[in-house]
Amino acid sequence: MNSIACTLRTGLVVLPLLAGAACGGGPSESGAPAAPRVITADGSSTVAPVTEAVAEEFQRANPGTRVTVGTSGTGGGFQKFCRDETDISDASRPITPGEVAACAKTGVAYIEIPVAYDGLAVVVNPKNTWAASMTVAELKALWEPAAQGKITRWNQIRANWPDREIHLFGAGVDSGTFDYFTEAIVGKTKASRGDYTSSEDDNVIVQGVGGDENALGYFGFAYYEQNHDKLKLVAIDDGDDKNGAGPIAPSPESVKNGTYRPLSRPIFIYAKVKALERPEVKSFIDFYLNQGIPLIREVGYIPLTDREYTMVRGRFSARTTGSMFEGVDSHSQLTLEQRLTR
Amino acid sequence: MTTAVAGTVGTTVTTRSRTARDWLFTSFGLLSTLLGLVALGTLLYDVVSDGAGRLSWQFMTSYTSRRAADAGIYAALVGSLFVITLTAAIAVPLGVAAAVHLEEYGGRGRLSRLIEINIANLAGVPSIIYGLLGLGLFVRGMGMGQSVLAGASTLALLVLPVVILSTREALRAVPSSLREGSYALGATKWQTIWNQVLPAAFPGILTGLILSLSRAIGETAPLVTIGALTYVPFAPDGIWSPFTVLPIQVFAWVSRPQASFAENAAAGILVLLGLLLILNATAITLRDRLQRHTR
Amino acid sequence: MTRRRLRLVVEFVIERALFLSAAGSILITAGIIFVLLFETAAFLREVPLADFLFGTVWTPLFFDKHFGVLPLVTGTLLASGIAMLVALPAGLMTAIYLSEYAPSVVRRTVKPILELLAGVPTVVYGYFALLFVTPKLQALVPGLSGFNALSPGIVMGIMILPLVSSLSEDALRSVPNGLREGAYALGATRMEAALRVVFPAAFSGISAACVLAVSRAIGETMIVAIAAGQQPRLTLDPRVPVETMTAYIVQVSLGDTPGGTIEYRTIFAVGMLLFVSTFVLNLFSNWLRERFREEYS
Repeated sequence: MNSIACTLRTGLVVLPLLAGAACGGGPSESGAPAAPRVITADGSSTVAPVTEAVAEEFQRANPGTRVTVGTSGTGGGFQKFCRDETDISDASRPITPGEVAACAKTGVAYIEIPVAYDGLAVVVNPKNTWAASMTVAELKALWEPAAQGKITRWNQIRANWPDREIHLFGAGVDSGTFDYFTEAIVGKTKASRGDYTSSEDDNVIVQGVGGDENALGYFGFAYYEQNHDKLKLVAIDDGDDKNGAGPIAPSPESVKNGTYRPLSRPIFIYAKVKALERPEVKSFIDFYLNQGIPLIREVGYIPLTDREYTMVRGRFSARTTGSMFEGVDSHSQLTLEQRLTR
Repeated sequence: MTTAVAGTVGTTVTTRSRTARDWLFTSFGLLSTLLGLVALGTLLYDVVSDGAGRLSWQFMTSYTSRRAADAGIYAALVGSLFVITLTAAIAVPLGVAAAVHLEEYGGRGRLSRLIEINIANLAGVPSIIYGLLGLGLFVRGMGMGQSVLAGASTLALLVLPVVILSTREALRAVPSSLREGSYALGATKWQTIWNQVLPAAFPGILTGLILSLSRAIGETAPLVTIGALTYVPFAPDGIWSPFTVLPIQVFAWVSRPQASFAENAAAGILVLLGLLLILNATAITLRDRLQRHTR
Repeated sequence: MTRRRLRLVVEFVIERALFLSAAGSILITAGIIFVLLFETAAFLREVPLADFLFGTVWTPLFFDKHFGVLPLVTGTLLASGIAMLVALPAGLMTAIYLSEYAPSVVRRTVKPILELLAGVPTVVYGYFALLFVTPKLQALVPGLSGFNALSPGIVMGIMILPLVSSLSEDALRSVPNGLREGAYALGATRMEAALRVVFPAAFSGISAACVLAVSRAIGETMIVAIAAGQQPRLTLDPRVPVETMTAYIVQVSLGDTPGGTIEYRTIFAVGMLLFVSTFVLNLFSNWLRERFREEYS
C-alpha cells in the first residue's frame, strides 16, 4: 500500500498519544509559571461594556495579559465571585446582605469600587408616537407582579393610548438592572411580572424593542447611546418637584445633577482581595480607575466627579474591604460622595 | 383513450385534462426543486453581500473588540481548529475501533444487535442534549471546567455515532477476497485487518470522518451549553484553557444590535464556510488519490 | 513464550479492546439517560410531574416560580409546525420530481447542491432568519414582531427540506421499475403513476422520512435561539415572540446557574422532555420503515 495511507494510518495511533501528552496538569495549572494568568471578570451586562473596553485597552498596553469578561448578570456574577471562581465581579447594584454572607462563608474578601453613574433608560420603538413620557405610578402598574396576564394593552395604562398589545422586554432575574428597576419602580426588589422577554444580555432587549412597534423595554443608558437610531427614550416623571418638575429624560446632565430619578444609580466592580496579590490584577484595576475614565464616557455612561474618583482610588490603595451600602437603603438620599467619606 | 383502465387511473376525465394536470404537476415539482436552490442562493448572496467587504487580513488576525471595526476572528478561528483537532483525536480511535469490532469480530448476537440499534438512535439525538451530557459529566462531574478538553470531549461524543456508521460502511465495501487472500497466506485476523482491510477502507473512513468533523465545526448549541464564553479576546493556549469557536463568535455578533456587528457576523460566516469548503475539498482530493492507489 | 504464543496473546488483547470501544457506545446512551434522569428526578422531588407537564405558566427563574412547561412546548410545536408546512410539501415534490421526472443530468447536479443546504451550519440560518427574512416578512405581515415564530419556522423548513427530499427520493427510487412501467403500460400519465403507484409503494420510507424531519425540527436550537425570542407564552400566533424548549436551555446556559439549584435542574427536566420526544419519534420512524416495507424479491 502507498505511503500516504501508511502515514495516515500511523497518525490514527499517534494523534491520541499527542493529545494525551498535552494533558499535563489539571485545570488549576495553565501556562508557564512566568506568564500572567487569565484575569476573569463576570457579572452585569450593564457594566460589561465598560469592563470590556478597559480590558481591550489594557491588553493592548500590556501584551501577554489576558482578560475574559462574562455576562451572567449581577446575581450570577456574585455567585461565581463568592465561590472564588472569578477575580472581578461587575455589578449594576450594590452587593446584597445575602451575597455578603455567602462571601463571608467562603472567606472571599472584596473591595467595592464604584466606577460610574448610569441612568436606567426606559425605551420604546421610534414608531411609537404616544408614549413620550410615563409616571412612576404607570410604570409600576405595568411591571408589578399583579400585572401578569392582566395588563397587556397600551390603553390599559393610559386611556387615551392606542388599543394595541404591549410587548415587554426587560432584564433577567440575575441582572442587577432587574433588581434595581424593581426596587425603584415597584418598591420591592425582584418583584416583577414574569410574562415578558427577559434576558441578561441587554443586546437582546435592544433588538427586541428596535424590531417591534408595540415594544417597551429597559436597560442601562449606554445601550441607548449605542443604538439611539433604533430606540426612543421615555421621559420619567417621579411626581416629586423637588428634584425637577415634570417628566425628565435620562442624559449625562440629568443623571449627574440628580434630576433623573428614581432611575439613576452608581455601577460598580468588586475586586477580590486575594486576586490583588497578582500584579496583573492590581495593575488592571489601577488602569480601570485612571485610563479607564475616558472610556466610560465613550461607552455611554456618566463618569463620577473628580473628587469621587480620588476617594475611590484612595479606597482601593487602602484596600478598604466591605460595602458602603451595608445596612443602608441604597435608595436613600446619600450621594456617593457622602458614602465614600463615611 | 378515455375510458376505464383497471381502476387505478381516472375513468371519467378526458385525456386532455389529465395531460394538463400532469403538466401542472411537473411544474410544481420543478418549482419545489427550485425553491431549495433559490433559498440557498439567496442565503449565500445575502451573506456574501453583507460580509465580503469586511473580510481582510486585519479581520483574520485581530481579536474580538467592542468596536466593530476593530473586531476580528482570530481567537475563534484558532479555537475552532484546536477543538476540531482534539475532537478528531478522541473520536477517531474510539470510532474506528468500535466499527472494526462490529464489522469484523462482532457476532450476530443480541448484544451486537443492541449496540447497533443504540448507535443508530444516538445519531438522531439533538445536539443540545449532548451539550447537557457534557455539562453534567465533563464540566461538573469530572471537573474539567469550561475548557477546550470539555468542548472537544462533548463534540467527540456527538460525532462518534456517525464515525462508527461510516467506518462500518467503508469496511463492508472491502471485498472479502482481500481478507481471504490474507488468511490463505497465514496471517492472523488482526494482521489481516491492520495490514489489508483498514488501508483498503481508508478512503471511506476518511470521508466519513471529514463529514462528521464538518458537522462538528458548525455546532454551536453543545458548546454554548457547556459554557464556552462569547467574549474571549485571546487564543487558547492549552487543553484546559477557556475558548471560543467560530459559530459562537458569529452568534455573539449576531446578538448585537448594531449593523456593523452584523457585518462582522456575516464575515465570520464566510470564514466558517470557507473552512468547511477547504475541509471537504481536502477530503475529496485525498479520497481520490488514495482510491487510485489501492485499486 | 514463543512468537506464536505472543501473537495470540496480543490478538486476544486487541480483540477485547475493540469490543470495549463498541460497548462504550452504550455508555454514551447510558450517560445521557443517567445525567438527564438524575437531575430530572431531583427536579421532580420539588415540582409535581402534573404541574410540570400540564402547567401553563413558565417562570422558573423569577421570584414567583411556576414550572408549567406547556408554553415552551407550544413554542416548539409552533415553530416546528411552520417548518413542516414548508419542508414536507416542497421536499416531497422535489423528491418526486427528481425521482420520476428529472433527467439524470439534472438529478446529478441538483442533488449535491441540496446536500449543501443540509451542510450549512445552523447559526448561519439563524443569521439569515433574523437579519434577512424577518425584515422582509415585516413588510408583508402586519404586526410582525422582530422576534417571532414565523421567520425561524420558514428557515427551519428550508434547512430540513434536503432531509425530506433525499430520504424520500431514496425510497421512491427503491421501488422497482416494473411497477412504474406497468402503470405506464396501462395508460397512466407520469403524475398518475407517481402518485397512485410509486408513492404508495414507497410509503414506508417516505413516512419514516417525514417523522424524522419532525424530530429534527423539534431538536433544532440555534435558529430559534437567535430569531424566535425568549418569551415563554402559550400562543398559536406566529407573529409574536415565543420561546422553544431548546432556546430555553441556551438562555439559561448563557447565564450562570450553580449546580444543585432548582433553576439548574429545569434545563435537565426540559432536556429530558426533549430527549424523550425525539427518541420516541425516531423509534416511530424506524417502526414505520419496517412495518410498511414492501418486499420486492
